[in-house]
Amino acid sequence: MKKMLSGNEAIARGAYEAGVSFASAYPGTPSTEVLETIAKEYPLIHAEWTPNEKVALEVAAGASYAGARTIAVMKHVGVNVAADPLMTLPYTLIRGGLVLVSADDPELFSSQNEQDNRHYARFAKIPMLEPSSSQEAKDFMIEAIRISEKYETPVMLRTTTRISHSMGVVDLGGAAEQKEPTIERHPAQWVMLPANARRRHPVIEERIRSLRAYSNTSSLNSMEMADTSIGIISSGVAYQYAREVFPEASFLKLGMPYPLPDETIRDFAAKVDELWVVEELDGFIEEQVKAMGIACHGKDRLPLCGELNPDIIRNAITGNAPESIKEHVLPGRPPSMCPGCPHRSLLWALKRSKCFIAGDIGCYTLGFLPPLDAIDTCLCMGAGINHAHGMSKVFGAGKEKIAAVIGDSTFFHSGITGLANLAYNNGAAVIVILDNRTTAMTGSQNHPGTGITIRGEQTTHLDLEQLVRALGITWVRTIDPYDVKNTRKEIREALEYKGPAVIISKAPCVLLKSRAVSGRKLYVDPDICTGCKVCIGLGCPAIEFKDEKASINDMCVGCGVCSDLCGVNAIGGEK
Amino acid sequence: MNVLMTGVGGQGIILASDMLSEVMMRYGCDVKKSEIHGMAQRGGSVMSHVRYSEKVASPLIPFGSCDILLSFEELETARYVAYLKENAHVIINSYRLSPPSVISGSQSYPDIIPIIRERTEKIHMVDGNAVAEEIGNPRCVNVILLGTLSTFLEPEEALWLDCIDSMFKEKIRSVNIEGFKKGRLVKVQ
Repeated sequence: MKKMLSGNEAIARGAYEAGVSFASAYPGTPSTEVLETIAKEYPLIHAEWTPNEKVALEVAAGASYAGARTIAVMKHVGVNVAADPLMTLPYTLIRGGLVLVSADDPELFSSQNEQDNRHYARFAKIPMLEPSSSQEAKDFMIEAIRISEKYETPVMLRTTTRISHSMGVVDLGGAAEQKEPTIERHPAQWVMLPANARRRHPVIEERIRSLRAYSNTSSLNSMEMADTSIGIISSGVAYQYAREVFPEASFLKLGMPYPLPDETIRDFAAKVDELWVVEELDGFIEEQVKAMGIACHGKDRLPLCGELNPDIIRNAITGNAPESIKEHVLPGRPPSMCPGCPHRSLLWALKRSKCFIAGDIGCYTLGFLPPLDAIDTCLCMGAGINHAHGMSKVFGAGKEKIAAVIGDSTFFHSGITGLANLAYNNGAAVIVILDNRTTAMTGSQNHPGTGITIRGEQTTHLDLEQLVRALGITWVRTIDPYDVKNTRKEIREALEYKGPAVIISKAPCVLLKSRAVSGRKLYVDPDICTGCKVCIGLGCPAIEFKDEKASINDMCVGCGVCSDLCGVNAIGGEK
Repeated sequence: MNVLMTGVGGQGIILASDMLSEVMMRYGCDVKKSEIHGMAQRGGSVMSHVRYSEKVASPLIPFGSCDILLSFEELETARYVAYLKENAHVIINSYRLSPPSVISGSQSYPDIIPIIRERTEKIHMVDGNAVAEEIGNPRCVNVILLGTLSTFLEPEEALWLDCIDSMFKEKIRSVNIEGFKKGRLVKVQ
């Protein structure tokens, strides 16, 4: 049977067909739909959202030690969080197949950097497969489990946004049987203290040699010989772009870019006149090809930054200038927080208190855009609290107003340790936890604070206020951010407090059914509106400014914040 | 065949392109489609590439090779003219959603027709929102536009209706079928 599947849905399908029984992930674009699909479509696979990617990889390792086939799924920067277990996991004996799915984001559609995670495979000394279509995403997932069990190693399945989020026709197959878990003890292979790890390191080196031999014979890497005046080595979606623009060229398509098939590459290079390596981001393959003493083109003409596309590849190889198209300057349309978003009024109030606002990763990062201009830093998950603490420490207590904002899911991911540090080292920054009861940016996933699992089952919920108090912070207030007056008062008191202060700004994401807005549209009385633009300062997409007056469009959900801010009571309607 | 769908996050573009892909797969084509999820979707500019033929390599449409552009919002049509083939068909929902700089009054909403005319004269305006109001469901704009698009494509109505039938839950199935049929009746040159 054939079905249209995204790369992520195809990976989920591959996990099912490979007999995977345990899957873990933290949501992150472009990886999120792998675990969502497993939870929705394949009830025989245990699926869980973990608080972060390190947990996701470690629970998968535990399941694998018990003999189960497992996958841990994360976006590229998530692998940084999981890098600690990842570097030592290959030293240990893998029983049930273990696949780490890393979804990279060239062009930074929804990320803070565009790191190339193929380097992790080489760094951790584990094999890596890279699909170039949805069909391959499914097939390679199955092959990755097989390689993992045969070579007793974790395997990385690396995708990019254009593989994860592109759809293609996929042939569906049947499912392999899941493996029954059993307890075994392998202390020499599982207890990584120096004496054991020292003996395991040569095992990894030998394994990579065997895998290189496999890479040389595997059909994952295939030569497609045609016109030999130009030969292109490529992998992933870049292969498809190159195929599109050079249908007559010869190709060496690499489904397994690590370890590279050295003999196949020599063989291919000898058959073609001009050799090109076409790859997105870093020259990962090209550098290794050049280290083999083989001359080739690649990053001398192709960009290191951003995603590739058929046009970039055509122009780089032919040397032609891109077709010039008359440029039109059009008003930009950047993403923005939704109308009625509870983050908006909180950030507006925090900005009015004239403090430095260290930010974090989530929808609220969009608060950096004008007119709010309310986010001053964004580095990585959980960094904001630590930025604020470090900054306020060097000034000394009470010298500068410094705050941090962090979402609930991000706080559970990486914020708790920072807050423990702030309390332990007697910091004075104000930390605002934006508790919107979900992981909003990635499409509303549950987390330990919601009390609901990925499959919608009720479970224990982590009480934020109790947790913050347990970390040693005594000044804690839970507020309703839609109540602007009280929000400003609490922020003022928190900033005046000489010690760590935490505000929990609690209101459900406006995209959730539990949202706390009426849904009824407000309106502006044009006879009363003075055109002062206070409401425009919220940056709400529902408020427009035309002919020197504010007006409210159909996107309004009736949160009422603009009405509270209006000094002349021009905004009315049922809230 | 290359079909590009453009608009603003939240307009139902991804679902519309899913439906086109499903129909073309059932029609017997190889199909690929590509779009961006996540941060960009929060009210930002979005586009979805749908490509079908005997065999499709790249999921992205190269510049200058889009056969039909279906745009859910006027300004978002002009943003992507570089993808258009000469004389491509452009179907535009006559609907304006002001971007932040227009909302705040610092820029004005541009006249897009001259920009599109530089690439093609085959411009078809459809008032999808008015049709949606007629049938009493403002969320149906995407199937209405899909209905209009379907009159430019080979598959017959029955195949489309089969797909809509299987892709929507019962509660919203009939209103979407009604929207699709109304969209097919929209007169285009």
